[in-house]
This record gives sequence, structure tokens and C-alpha cells, in this order.
Amino acid sequence: MAEKSERDEATGRDTTGHEWDGIKELDTPLPRWWLYIFYATIAAAVIYWVLMPAWPLPNGFTPGVLGFSDRRNVAHEIETLRFARGPMFERLEQASAGDLARDPELQEFARASGESVFGDYCRTCHGAGGAGAPGYPVLADDVWIWGGSMSEIELTLRVGVRTDHPETRLSMMPAFGRDGLLSRDQVGDVSEYVISISAGRTRLAPDPAAAARGAIVYAEQCAICHGAAGAGDRSIGAPSLQDDLWLYGGSREEIRLQVESGRAGVMPSWEGRFDAATLRALAYYVHELGGGEPEPPSAPAPALADAPQAAPASVEAP
Amino acid sequence: MDAPVTLIPRPRADEHSIDARAVNSRSARALYAKREPIYPKLVHGQFRALKWAAMAVLLAIYYLTPWLRFDRGVGRPDQAVLIDFGHGRFYFFFIELWPHEVYYITGLLILAALGIFLAAALLGRVWCGYACPQTVWTDLYIYVERLIEGDRNARMRLDAAPMSAGKLGRKTAKHAIWVFIAAATGGAWVFYFGDAPTLMRDIFTGQAGTSVYLSIAILTFTTYALAGTMREQVCTYMCPWPRIQAAMTDRDALSVTYRADRGEPRGAHKKGASWVGRGDCIDCNQCVAACPQGIDIRDGDQLECINCALCIDACDDIMARVGRPRGLIAYDTHINVERRARGEAVRVRPVRPRTILYAVLMIAVAAIMAQQLLNRATIDLNVIRDRSPPFVRLSDGSIRNDYTLKLMNLAPVGRRMAIEVGGLDGARLVAQDHPQDDRGRLLAEARPDSVANVRVHVVAPARDGSQRLWFRIVDLDNGERAESASAFLGEASP
Repeated sequence: MAEKSERDEATGRDTTGHEWDGIKELDTPLPRWWLYIFYATIAAAVIYWVLMPAWPLPNGFTPGVLGFSDRRNVAHEIETLRFARGPMFERLEQASAGDLARDPELQEFARASGESVFGDYCRTCHGAGGAGAPGYPVLADDVWIWGGSMSEIELTLRVGVRTDHPETRLSMMPAFGRDGLLSRDQVGDVSEYVISISAGRTRLAPDPAAAARGAIVYAEQCAICHGAAGAGDRSIGAPSLQDDLWLYGGSREEIRLQVESGRAGVMPSWEGRFDAATLRALAYYVHELGGGEPEPPSAPAPALADAPQAAPASVEAP
Repeated sequence: MDAPVTLIPRPRADEHSIDARAVNSRSARALYAKREPIYPKLVHGQFRALKWAAMAVLLAIYYLTPWLRFDRGVGRPDQAVLIDFGHGRFYFFFIELWPHEVYYITGLLILAALGIFLAAALLGRVWCGYACPQTVWTDLYIYVERLIEGDRNARMRLDAAPMSAGKLGRKTAKHAIWVFIAAATGGAWVFYFGDAPTLMRDIFTGQAGTSVYLSIAILTFTTYALAGTMREQVCTYMCPWPRIQAAMTDRDALSVTYRADRGEPRGAHKKGASWVGRGDCIDCNQCVAACPQGIDIRDGDQLECINCALCIDACDDIMARVGRPRGLIAYDTHINVERRARGEAVRVRPVRPRTILYAVLMIAVAAIMAQQLLNRATIDLNVIRDRSPPFVRLSDGSIRNDYTLKLMNLAPVGRRMAIEVGGLDGARLVAQDHPQDDRGRLLAEARPDSVANVRVHVVAPARDGSQRLWFRIVDLDNGERAESASAFLGEASP
């Protein structure tokens, strides 16, 4: 590094005297406006300190004279959104199943808000998109324990399963093996029979002799809820045994374990936690995952909003 | 602060003394260079006239374009050129582009780049001299300055004079007009992004949004600062083009050239004296006085020169007066300067491999863009496959996959479309909210100029692994169609 500055012939300007691999640096002064911009940025920083929240203090910070607050802005935006969405939620709450079927705008709204609430509250157990998990029903398929119409889904959401809600969905599968209702062999036999009901749809091949013995046990102990043919009964929450979709797993061991111990899960009651419109949106989202069923023709009132009033109507129909 | 602080010891008269100088000491150099004011003198001539014309045309295009109307039918914007960020649309007369067609801008940028390369190869820095907004607005600002403060000598006198009521009045008037032009420049800019008449009314009644006022404020400031106070410093300090230009030009490109072979040796000339044994340059400095960049063209090609050719007009005027031929300063090429020096005939070669290449590329890009634009589909389909769950097993043993279809209707009319699926044996379409025709196709409607979301389910017999399938939408009225492929996942049952 040379220490000596020299005059550059081409520009007539001195070099700084520094040299790197033969490259010398001209001692060109910065333009004055550059300096002014530098001063302006310093001034802008000082103005910013005055106007905006800036300096941390032992118990807080300097708030700035403009009173800017990100937290308050977010709260304000949420409030604005809630206000803007208000009319749509109202429409959703008032809508009958027919209204919803005819109104693409309302469908889109219900789907979007349902998806958002599902993601926050339901996904933990039922999986993203209603994919389900062992013990937690798949919501995207066409198999329903308590019914897959909009009104049935909404009712399940409202009252929950095995909750302390007065109208809760409630079913109880006895622990046949653990409680000594059936012998160990009988549990094995009835499991083989259950496998034989869905034979052709499962990968499992039932043991014909055991299944034949199990058929007798099934008729005595299981048919009362699951039906003679194993079709199940949604009114009491008894799953169909005819398909190859299993809440607690479809292997031979898992089926036997369920007969043995009769596991039963819990779904919270969401009434009181969500308003009626949110429940409607959630029900619509779950219904539209793919397995939603049309309203049963025997449904007492087409208006979904009147679901709580359904009870007297059913009393009148003997 | 009077005594300079010196960290390096001063040389002493002994054997340890070295020749060192405190190059960064306060006395040695000024850290910051003050701008030397430039007072360009008004010239008259063909290039000045050309520049006035270019300025008028370019400013007119800039200020008037947003006010052009173009009828697109009821309920659609009637502004000929409109960038509608709110609705994600770009309108240019009969062309309407959606956000996913932003690649047209790539084509435009390629055309712009090739265009400036071609211009550089043919005419040197013609962009800098005539068309660059910095040049156009600076020219306009200097025009205003001249109108109020007078020409070069008057301006120099005014600046040197002590402050007086008259000086204050002139300076105030000049800056006021500058600010007005700057505000009009920023104001015109926002009209490209909204309906100009509506926005104009909103701006003056205080109804326009914060971003509008902020945009106007920023552009007012930059216009005033860059054209009023920064001027040639933008070219010399900030702009990358003078640096790039050095690589883009060649020895055949025209550039404003002082013909040293004819001008030297220069010197003052008395009327009637002989021209024998001397150059044509009478060293009158008129070219320097006319230069808005504050340089001397006789120093040769330089980064600061924007090739505005005002020095040509200034010199031609002088040559006519002293009775010498025009063109001592002229558009010329390096090659011709050398050829004349060798006594050879001048040669202009606008058609060279380089210019042919640029021109061919430009035509190719323009042709591709035009072809794309003319055959632009007004229907398009995007398929988004639900990933969670990847597939659903149904009670009858079949498999269901779910998809969200985006039916894009780029036409200004509502359309009825049929959705069909294919490529997968036994596949059928199901959608809860859409009717189906007797061929199993789903029927959907797409509103004018919008995207319709349709969630569909495809049910097929169980199979292991991933299968290909395609979706097709068909306009039921005119048969226009679009296809998109996707995958179907599954797992076999026995």
C-alpha cells in the first residue's frame, strides 16, 4: 500500500494514496446533496421519535404524540370486519336449507367462515379437512354415526357427544370382555362374525367356524343396537358394521379390542361457545366436505333455524 | 478548529523522515463538493426545435393519456389506459389483462431494453437527450426559469445580486410555478390508477384516499427536486445508463462530436483575418454556455454528455456568422472522425450485424406478443387438489378425491359451462351444489369477467397409488374449452 497520493492524469484529481493490486482510488469529494440527504435522515429519525412509539422505558415506552398503536389498529380492524360481516352472519342464521342451496354467495361465506372455525377448534381431533384419526370420526366420508344431514350435523355440534348437555348425543357400547359379559372365546367369535359382515370389503378373511359361533352371540348381545344385519342405527348412535370404515381401527386385534373394552369418545357441546350462525357455518362446512346427506324427508321442519322446536313435532307423530 | 489535526507526523529532516502527507486532513481536501450552478443559454436551431417538439409530444402523452375514453360497455371502466389494482385488471384500449397475464409486461420490458439498445447503436444517447423524463422535465423547468429570470447573463446577474424585493419576487414566482408543475406531474400519475374524472373531483374535494395524496406528494417532491434542483447531477451521480451506455455504443454509433480535425488549433479570430493554418474553432465558448450539463464538448466523449445537441445549434449559429461551414460540432461517428483524419470518404453504416440483431429480436418479441394477444383465450381452468385428506374411503369401498376448480371467465359476458372429468376409468363427478346433465357433466355459471370457484368430488373404484386425470370446461354456447390435468390418489381394497 503506497502512502503517497499522486495526481491522476485523466481526471486531474488527486488519488487517496491507497492502492490495491494496482488499483488506485480517486479522492473524489461526495456531492453536497448527498450530505444533505444524510442530515435529512437524521432529522427524520428525530421527528419519528416524537411522533411514533420509539424509546423503551423501564415500565413502558415513549408513546409518541400521534398515539399510534398497532394493537389498537388490529382491534379496530377486527371490529370493522365483524361489523362488515354482521349482515352475512345474520342471513346465515335466518337461512333455511333451501335458501342456502340457492345462494352461492351465502354458501361461499358459510364455507369460508366454517373452515376457519373448524381449523381453530375441530381440526385438533378430526384432522385437517375432516380426515379423522383413530377414535375420532372421519368427517369427509359418507359414513355418519349420528346422521349426515345439515340439521343432524348441527344438532351434534350443539349438544355434543357424551357431554353434560341435557340433550346430549349418548350411546354406550358395553365392555363385553372386561366386564365379564362375554367370555374370552365369545369375544373372539363375535369379532370373527363382525368381520364376516363386511367380508368382501375388508382385507380380512373371517374364520368361518368361529364366525358361525359368533353369529349366535351377535344376535343375543349386539343386534339390538347394531341391527340384525349390522346396518347400525343412527338414532341411537350405533355404527354400521357393514362397511370397511372403523372408528377404532379395522384390524382383527382392534375389532376384538373394541368388543372387549367398548371404548367411547367425547365431543364437546359447542352451544354457548359459538353463536347460532357460526354453528350453521360449521355444519355447512362439514356437510360440504363431501359426505353430506340431504335432509331426511321425515324432518319435521325444513327451517334449520327451528331445530330446537323439532321436539314437540316428533311427539305429535306416533 | 483552526489548526489542522494531523495524525501522521510531519517530515523531519533526518534519516527517519518519510515523505508522507495527511491526505485526509481538513486543509488537504473538501469532503463534500458544492454544486456549481449552471446557466444554460438559450439557443435556436434545428435540434432545439426538435427538442421543443419532443417535449410537447411527450408531455402531452403523459398528461392527456388518462383522459382518453374507450367504451367497453355498461358497468365497465371507460378509461382507455387504466391500471386497476383494486380489481386486478390492466386496461389498454381494447386489451384487458388479468394478474396471471403479467408476463406481457416481461415482453414489454424486453422490447424496451432492445429498443434502447438499438437506439444506442444507431444514434448514441438519443434517449438521454430527447426522451428521458429527467431531460424533458429539466428542459421544462429551465424554460420556466428563463421565462421569469431571463437568459443566461440575466440569471447570473440576478444570482450575484443582493436580495431585493424584485429578486425575491422572481425567485418566489419561479419556485411557485415549479411546484405547480411538480404537483401536476404527481397528479397526472395517479390518474392512471383510477377513473380520472372521478379522481380529479375527489382530489379537489378532499375525498380521495390517503395513498392518492401521498403519491401526489412524493411525486411532487421528486419532480421538484430532480428537475428543479438536482438536474444534471441525476445523470452524473445517480443514473446507471451513462455507465451502461459505454458498453452499448460502438464506433459506428452517432454521437454529438466536436470535430477536432477541423476545429484545431482553436483560437480567437478577428473578422477578415485568414483561416489558413488554423482550425475553425474560434474558442467563443458558446457551446459551453449552451450546455445544460455544464461540460465542454470539445473534451470529447464524456459520461456527463446527454447528447442533447444544443451545442450543435450554438456552434452552427457561430459558424454561420463567421462564414465557415456548419457542423464543427455535429452528430458523427468515431470511425468517420478517423476516416476524415486519414483523408478517406465518410461512411454511415446504420445497417450492421448489431443493429440487424436488435431489430430482428424486437420484431420476433413483438410478433410473439401480438400472436399471444390475438389468440388470447377467454376461458381458463385451474385445478387445486385438496391435500388434506389426500383421499377419502367411502362405505361402498370406492375412493373419493376432492378438488377446487377455478373457472376463469375472461369475457365480459356471463357464461354457462359444463365440467367433465376424464382419463380415469370409472371416475364420476359429484358436486353438492351443482346440477348435472345426462352425460354426467356438472353445470356451472361464471359471472362476467370473474373467477368462479367450484368444489367437486371425483369418485372412482379403489386403486393403489396416483393416477392421472383431467378436467375440462366447455362453454355451452360457443364451445370454447379449457383443460387442466391433476392427480387422483387412492389405496386399493381387496
